[in-house]
Amino acid sequence: MSLKSYIITRALLTIPTVLILVTIVFLIVRVLPGDPALLHFGKGVSPAALAQVRHALGLDMPIYVQYVNYLVGLFQGNLGLAFSNEQPVAPQVLSAFPATLELSIGSMIVAVIVGVVLGVRSSRKYGSVEDTTIRTFGVVVYSIPVFFLGLIFIAVFAIYFHVLPSGGRISTVVPVGGTIFGVHIQTGLYTVDSLLAGDFGEFVDAIRHLILPCTALGLYISAVFLRITRSNMLETLGQEYVTAAKARGLKERTVLYSYGLRNGLLPVLTIMGLEFAGLLGGAILTETTFAWNGIGTYIVTAISDRDYIAIQGSVVFFGILVALVSLVVDILYAYLDPRIRY
Amino acid sequence: MKKRDSGVRPAINFFLSLPRFGTGGKMVVIGIAIVGSLLAMTLLSPFIAPYDPTKLRVGPLNSAPSAKFPMGTNRLGQDIFSRMIAGGATMMEVAALSVAICFLVGVPLGLLAGYSRRMIDSPLSLLMDSLYAFPGLVLAIAIAAVLGRGVVNLSIAIAVVYIPTYFRVVRSQVLTMKELPFVEAVKGEGGSTLNVLFRQIFPNVLPSIAVIASINVADSVITEAGLTYLGLGVNVAAPDWGFDIYYGYQSLLAGAWWTVLFPGLMVVLLAGGFTFIGEGLSEVLSPRLGRR
Repeated sequence: MSLKSYIITRALLTIPTVLILVTIVFLIVRVLPGDPALLHFGKGVSPAALAQVRHALGLDMPIYVQYVNYLVGLFQGNLGLAFSNEQPVAPQVLSAFPATLELSIGSMIVAVIVGVVLGVRSSRKYGSVEDTTIRTFGVVVYSIPVFFLGLIFIAVFAIYFHVLPSGGRISTVVPVGGTIFGVHIQTGLYTVDSLLAGDFGEFVDAIRHLILPCTALGLYISAVFLRITRSNMLETLGQEYVTAAKARGLKERTVLYSYGLRNGLLPVLTIMGLEFAGLLGGAILTETTFAWNGIGTYIVTAISDRDYIAIQGSVVFFGILVALVSLVVDILYAYLDPRIRY
Repeated sequence: MKKRDSGVRPAINFFLSLPRFGTGGKMVVIGIAIVGSLLAMTLLSPFIAPYDPTKLRVGPLNSAPSAKFPMGTNRLGQDIFSRMIAGGATMMEVAALSVAICFLVGVPLGLLAGYSRRMIDSPLSLLMDSLYAFPGLVLAIAIAAVLGRGVVNLSIAIAVVYIPTYFRVVRSQVLTMKELPFVEAVKGEGGSTLNVLFRQIFPNVLPSIAVIASINVADSVITEAGLTYLGLGVNVAAPDWGFDIYYGYQSLLAGAWWTVLFPGLMVVLLAGGFTFIGEGLSEVLSPRLGRR
């Protein structure tokens, strides 16, 4: 199968996955026992008022009509109207997205660096005390709930030592972005926007706010990278061509990084795609801990408001996002490793 | 009459021989020791907790650890040490129940999909793959939010996230196993499908299920704590580690670190114990890695 036809097949396969996914969410929110409208407004509201709200939100129609409307809406990028403020959910989710994205990218960087560096060390010193220590670190880090790690960081670095902020994304005003080639760009990523605006102090401030949440979330995810790098390196370093390279008298560094890591790293890319889902889950908890105004905070607010349409909308958004990311990762992987064509 | 092994004796022998299996075996033993002591502590809590864990104002509010209150008190003046001793029950119940649900749903479906033709396999696999691709915690949040509070509801929300893992592992094992000579032999003798699936294939899949289950318990402990932290917990009057982290957040920001540190450590200990069991078991049971 050529790369082109692989990409087309893989892209087409995403459609049923996304369809099933949005259907599952619909079933969970609308079909599971419990009336969303009643749950939201409580028992105090009069039946007439409740019926009016149901009608306004289209919840009084037969379930299959609701389903079709929901799908058609999704296709047009419409995630429904939130219970709490009767505003469309989609723009609210979208405006919260850059915050979550910035947190996720930062955490992914921390995770890959920590995981790959420790994984390579661990495989090189296989069976040694250092190897055991690193593996134990992996187990411990993975067993720490990410919000608990975040709270410890806050207690130590923000409250005790006062070196980093305990939460939020920026101390001063929101960076406005800047103009490049006559086009005004505001990404919503504060690090990028502050650089575009040419305000270096603001950039440093944004980075300082990123350090604690990204380290907490990144360390949690790093355990997965650590494990996969270690086992892949062990596998690769056992191959004959590596032994041959060593026998030719190449330096250990060269063998390790040019021969071992290069092949050992390919699966790390796949894991990056897979872990993106875990990252988003962790992001919800991290955002709550660090008062980070992203989709996680939006979902938690929706939970406490019992706003099911908002919950449904953000969950669907996350699901589609993950499906698209895994599509991109699979294509990249096929591009990098010509052996992968199904 | 053919003598059949009950399976109990080999299981006991297996555990007794664990320490001989190198690092992996030792990890399992350590894990079992941790989880076992936490379980014993929780069960015996009415006898060993120095104070009633739910009683308000047994001491001053938010007081730091002292001789009288070794882990301090929370902002309701409850003794944190007593709450730690008694607070594991909900988490353990939810973890056990969610694993049971995963096992009862994921394993039969995996057996069925792996053994049957495409008609059943393809749609089931597509469904499970979609669920698997979904961000787990996000899915659990949606289900927990709709179902409402309670041990059973929380367990279902967590189980749905992990069922696909069981399904995938069982299915892929069945796919390779159904072509093996011993299975072919039973089929040739006219063994029924149920016989082949549950008597021949199922016992051989069990070791991998044991590994997934123990890693999965660790995950469900952490997921349970996470859902509770987001305000979706069981919310009973009984003390709960997850709830105490959630509740201690405000006190922590005011400097009372002990309100969060101790319940957090308990969660880490429980999840870590299960992770040790899972990691160790997978090393003992998979000969390929064991040789390294």
